[in-house]
Order: sequence, then structure tokens, then C-alpha cells
Amino acid sequence: MQDIDAVDIEAELATQVAAVAAGGGAVEILGGGSKRFYGEPVEGLAVEVAAHSGVIDYDPAELVITLRAGCRLLDVEALLAQNRQMFGFEPPHFAPQATIGGMVASGLAGPRRGFAGSIRDFVLGAKMLDGRGEVLQFGGRVIKNVAGFDLSRVLAGSLGTLGIILEVSIRVVPMFASEATLAFEHASADGHVRWINELGSQPYPISASAWHDGRSSVRLSASEQGVEQAIADLGGERVELDWGGLREQSHAFFDPDQPLTCLSLPPATGDIVAGRSQVIEWGGARRWLSGEVDIEALRQQASSQGGSVCAFRDHGAEVAVFQPLVPAMLKLQRSIKSSFDPAGIFNAGKIYPGL
Amino acid sequence: MSQSRRQQLAARFREFLPVESVVDQPTSLAVYECDGLSAYRETPLLVLLPETIEQVQQVMRLCHAERLPVVSRGAGTSLSGGALPHADGVVLSLAKMSRILKVDKLSRLAVVEPGVRNLAISEAVKSLGLYYAPDPSSQIACTIGGNVAENAGGVHCLKYGLTLHNILALKVVGADGEIFEIDQRALHGDGYDLMPLLVGSEGMLGIVVEVTVKLLPIPRCARVVMGVFDSVEKAGESVAAIIAEGIIPAGVEMMDNLAIRAAEDFVHAGYPVDAEAILICELDGTEEEVVAQIELVEGVLKRGGATETRLARDEAERLLFWSGRKAAFPAVGRISPDYYCIDGTIPRKSLATVLAGIRELSAEYGLLVANVFHAGDGNLHPLILYDSANEGELEKTEELGSKILQLCIHCGGTITGEHGVGVEKLGEMCIQFGEAERNQFHSIRECFDPLKLLNPGKAIPTLARCAEFNAMHVHQGKLPHPELERF
Repeated sequence: MQDIDAVDIEAELATQVAAVAAGGGAVEILGGGSKRFYGEPVEGLAVEVAAHSGVIDYDPAELVITLRAGCRLLDVEALLAQNRQMFGFEPPHFAPQATIGGMVASGLAGPRRGFAGSIRDFVLGAKMLDGRGEVLQFGGRVIKNVAGFDLSRVLAGSLGTLGIILEVSIRVVPMFASEATLAFEHASADGHVRWINELGSQPYPISASAWHDGRSSVRLSASEQGVEQAIADLGGERVELDWGGLREQSHAFFDPDQPLTCLSLPPATGDIVAGRSQVIEWGGARRWLSGEVDIEALRQQASSQGGSVCAFRDHGAEVAVFQPLVPAMLKLQRSIKSSFDPAGIFNAGKIYPGL
Repeated sequence: MSQSRRQQLAARFREFLPVESVVDQPTSLAVYECDGLSAYRETPLLVLLPETIEQVQQVMRLCHAERLPVVSRGAGTSLSGGALPHADGVVLSLAKMSRILKVDKLSRLAVVEPGVRNLAISEAVKSLGLYYAPDPSSQIACTIGGNVAENAGGVHCLKYGLTLHNILALKVVGADGEIFEIDQRALHGDGYDLMPLLVGSEGMLGIVVEVTVKLLPIPRCARVVMGVFDSVEKAGESVAAIIAEGIIPAGVEMMDNLAIRAAEDFVHAGYPVDAEAILICELDGTEEEVVAQIELVEGVLKRGGATETRLARDEAERLLFWSGRKAAFPAVGRISPDYYCIDGTIPRKSLATVLAGIRELSAEYGLLVANVFHAGDGNLHPLILYDSANEGELEKTEELGSKILQLCIHCGGTITGEHGVGVEKLGEMCIQFGEAERNQFHSIRECFDPLKLLNPGKAIPTLARCAEFNAMHVHQGKLPHPELERF
């Protein structure tokens, strides 16, 4: 299809994997490398997937696109935009060369995720290469499908530890006719969290929320009538906000010279870092901290509330990136990893030791 | 299984379960011998009805020690035989665990036991202006535990998603009796995301003992427009045209002439009985938004060749329009001694091809087929009319159903959109998936249940089963998935 080269290197990738598997080695799966920082560092032969590109199937009326994993996210979003469609989870790029495979494997999503679902909610099917060099295909290209265990969705956020994603079918959504951002003053994080959650139980077309420095912003996305009605009801100040800057972490808050920490909490949880500067999005569920933190103390606090803490960027090698699992769950997850990748060749230790 | 073994085991379960929670009398066991797919029947060894999570754990520990197969069951409304008992195992009914434990308005969630009925959740939170979105047509009876096991859908899932998209946390008792939890209230989980694995796993990975569901605000306004068509193709194309306008309706349903006539005869919804197809399209949102979108949709339907469009004038008429669709299955049940419901999903663009194929097959088998269709998401429910009193007619019906599902696969679709595989579609699973994928499914199952005690014989066919099925059904030397490269 237009502007996206169709190049199929599946056979080469399979050969590379089979050779590594036979030689007892390990691989690091690379797409565009834009999210390579995310997770624990990995050693192994770099297997480059970015060249595996092309649109396999896209009929806008079906609301599904099937892509080779190496397609650039930027190009795919342009193609969708030509048809007034988009990905519903507002994926971050972090670099222009970001690929679809990396998008799915990282499982990262932007401001809309708090209101419209995560990548795994939109993945419908996938073709992958497992640790035996075998091609497996799960799910399908239709919106409703309950045949077999839903393993294609498990690939979302698996950080390449289960295998190489070759192709993926993703549900897409129409762009909205109208969008507007309203700003409100809320001095405290607690005030914002309470307000945005109360708002959530009313049927307004909220597609993003953010709080920083005493200011709450909500984005409304709907038909013109839907947005106008919400503006009339809610009041507030109509503003332009750079939601892309929040998605890409290019906003001034995200200081590249400081460690970045991500708190995941049930949305209505009160402020657990009282007084500290933070960015709160996803209706309260995702909270960013820039600078040094006591990660262990934060993890205990978050976990007591049903949440967890990710040492997202630049915390140094001695800090575990992801909050540890309870031993029985880690054991179960390791057995799942082994079922796909018995010799542990893919992105070994990217999430946890043995995972 | 001997009656003495049954009595012996019943006594052991009664050591920790109330006397009435252990069913061992043949007349009482008969109640559980089938689910909504009544063509398959089996008497279980025992039926157990625990009342607490601890009791479920004790049941699982004893079953684990005794190597007893466990078939979990909610309301037994499965249409694929998912809750069909195992002759040498127990049925674990979650029906007594039916309390709503917590409703949190601010967080918009409810914590419920697995035996809570789907509709009971929405009823319980209605006064807060909230509801639980997935609405399978059995929602009056079916339980949330069963919905999780089957990843149940409904008529509103194009806009609001399947069960998977509306669950925030699960508490599960594993095959060994230990509890594990999947908690995504924080919209994040560490490690692999096991939610899509558990939801839709047909009782093969664990026993769901607590479910946290997401609640949504009730839309301010919902209106329905009906389009009347003289061909099913035009109706199908109109659905694509609505989507192309950038509108995601809350629901879009299609019925063909036979289904229209049966429904009209039953509930008098005011359907045009001479139409080849009707589309029922619901829009929801704010008043102004819905009015504008209804106008757009009416225009699309007219340009798409609708001979007539009807707007439900009020809430009563909106519910009346829906009543015919929601009653389509029992309505077909009135015009035929038996009917068999098929559940395939296809890319919407293949609708005309698939319906033409169904017509041909219907003629070839001499069995009438009525079609109801979740047109928005491509989920087709052909209803085959048959009479089980006629020798061999059920077998013929099943064969026709299998052919229809194979047609769905051929068009890029799937053998089950929302009813599950159960025992019913084990054969078709051999066509939908290759051996490597099926092996992966078995491996995943063993990660959770190494002794394979949870709902054995369902959902994932064995190698032997596929060898047998393929010997009978794969024709013209075609392998399943010929497009797949093999290594």
C-alpha cells in the first residue's frame, strides 16, 4: 500500500533464530530502537526486524489493519489519518523510526489509554516466531474471536521475551470530528484526582486528562455537538495543550538528565508523594515523577494501594525496572516464557530474571 | 463410576462443605447433565456448590489429590457445551457465590462473586447512573463467572468491547487450590498480561472466584433507527457506509427475512415481514449528538437503498424494536421443533459471499437457516431449523453447521465470535489452527494445570482428535492454513 514498502524477511529472521537456537546463544530483538531503554538491559545478537515491512491488509470499513512488525509507526499513522482513522491508545513514538512491533512489544500507550483502552485491548491477532524458529499464528483479523487462548494479546507488553512479532492485526478507531481541551484550577493532586474521578461517572466524552502544577486539563473528543455540549456543561477555560508533548515526554517536566519514575495506581487513590511535583494522567492511574526517589518505599506504598512502580528511565543498574512479582506468579510467568522460548534466547531478563 | 465410589467421595467433600452443597443423588445430578447445548449430555460424579473462596480451595485441593476432573459452571447457559460434565469428575457450580461484595462509585467498579448474574450488576448500580456494558442475550440468566470464562460479547460490543475490555481484576483459584490474582485496577500489570489469557479460557486455567468489573456512566440518550432492505447485500453495505462516516454505533444488528418473520410473529415488534433484511442501529451519547448522528445514519441507509427507515419515536418503541432482535432465538424456536445456533465471525466485506454460501448449503442439506447478525463486528449467528425426532437430522444439522464455520474460516473469519469452542467446535479448531499453534495452547494449559484436571476435553483439541477430524473433513488435499510456511 501507499508509502509503506512491502519487504518480507520472515525467512531470514527464522534462519537467524534457528541458528542462534542451535548454537545455544541469545538474541536482542530490535525494531527502531526507540524504546530500547525500556526494561532491563539485554545481551545477545541483535536481530533487526525493522526491514520486515508492509501493509498486509487494510480496509478502513472493517476497522482493522494488518501490518508487518517493521512498519514505521509514523507511516502507519499517516496512512490511517488519510482515512480519518487512528490507533485508539495514542502510542508514543520516542523517535521517528519507532516500529509497530516495538509499539506492541513495549505495550506503552499515551494519554488516551486512561479512557479508551490499552494496546492489548486493540490487538486482534499476531504472527510470531517462537524460540524453536517456528511460525505461530494466533487470533485473527476480525473484531470478535474467542477461538483458542488469546495469545496474541499476551504479546502486548511482553517486551520481546516470548518471540519475534512478525505481523499484527490491530483494531483501529475513527478520528473524532471535534476536539477541545478545558483547563481548571486544582491546587492539590488529591483535589484533581477526586474531581476527575467524579467527572468520570458522568457521560462526558473525555479522551485524556492531565494535572501538573495546580492545573487540571481534560481533552474532549466527540462529534461537534458532543464536544459543544460538554464545554457548555463543564465550563473551565478553553486552552490549547500539547498532548503530544505529554505522550512523547518532550514536555519540560520530563527532564532528560533526571531519572523518571512511573507510578501506576487505581485512579481514585490519593496522593502518595504529597507535595512533590508530578504529572498525573489517565484519570489518576498514571503518575510521573522526575528526579531521585526512594523506589523501595514507593513500591511498598503503591503495592498497598493495588498499584506498582516502574523505574521507567535512567535509574541505574542496581534498581529493578519493574516491580517484583510474588514468587508463585513469577514461577507461572517463567513457565509461560519457557513454553514459547524453551532455551530462553529472546531478550533474556528484559522484564525479570528468567523472563 | 460406581455408586459406592460416588458415596465415598461425597462423604469426603461433606467433611468441609455443607450437606446440601454436595449433590450425589441421580435425580438431582440430572439437572446438571447439559448446558445450553442440550444435544450433549453426561452425568457427573458429583456436583459441588461451595459458598466461599476457602471452600473452593478445599474442593480443588481434594480434586487435585484424587486426580478428579473439575468442570466449573455458572448458570449453564453456554451454547458450546463448555459446562458439559465429565463422567469421572465433579461439576463445580459457582451459583451459590452470588453476592455483590462492593460497589465503588468514585472508582466506577464493582467487586462481585462469580455467580452474580450479568444483568444483576447493572440493576444494582443503576441508581448511581452506572451500568456494566457487556450484554450477552442470556444476560438475565448468565453469570459473570461464565462471562469471564467465555469472554462473552453482546449487541453493544462494537462500541463498548467484550468482557475482556470491561474487567479490572480477577481472583482465581488455581488447579492446585492456591489463589492467584490479576489486578489491573491501576491500568497496568507487571510481567505478562494474563488477563486476556484467563478471560475466554473456558474454565481450563483456573476457577474465577472474584471479579472486579468496570462500570460506565449510562449514556444520556439512546435512539434507534431501523432500515428496511430488499436485499441482505444492500443492508451489509450500509453498515460499512455508516462506519465510513466515522460513526461507531452503540449497536448494529441485522436480521434476514426468516428471522424477521419469526420474531414478528412472536413479539409483534412492528417489523416489515416482507423485507429481505432489516438493520437496527442504535446511537447513544448526548441528546444533540444523537439527533445529529441519527440524521446522518438515516441518510446513509437511504443512499444505501433502504426502502424505508423508521425512527423509534420514544423509549417504548426503541425497546420494542430491540425486543424482536433480542427474542430472535426463542422466536425461531417457535417455528421449528429444534434449532441449532452457529457463531462465526467474518470480515464484514465477505457478508454477501457467506450468506450466498449459506443459502446454497441450506438448499443442499434441505434445512432452513435464519440469520441474525451482529453486523457491526461481523459476528454471524445462523440458526439452523431442524427436528431431532427425525432420524439423523441432528447429525445433518451439525455437519451443515460445521460447513458454515469452515466457510467463515475460508473468508478470513473465525469459528467462534462469542460462544466459545466448548465441545462443539473442537473439530473446527483443527482447521482454524495448525498443529504448532495447538501444541502451544496445550503447553500454556500445562503451565496452569499440569495434571490437566480443569475442564478436560474442551476448547483445545488433541492431536488424535484432529487427525480423526481432518481425515473426515479436509477435502481436495487442502491443509489447514496453506498460506503458513512450515519449518
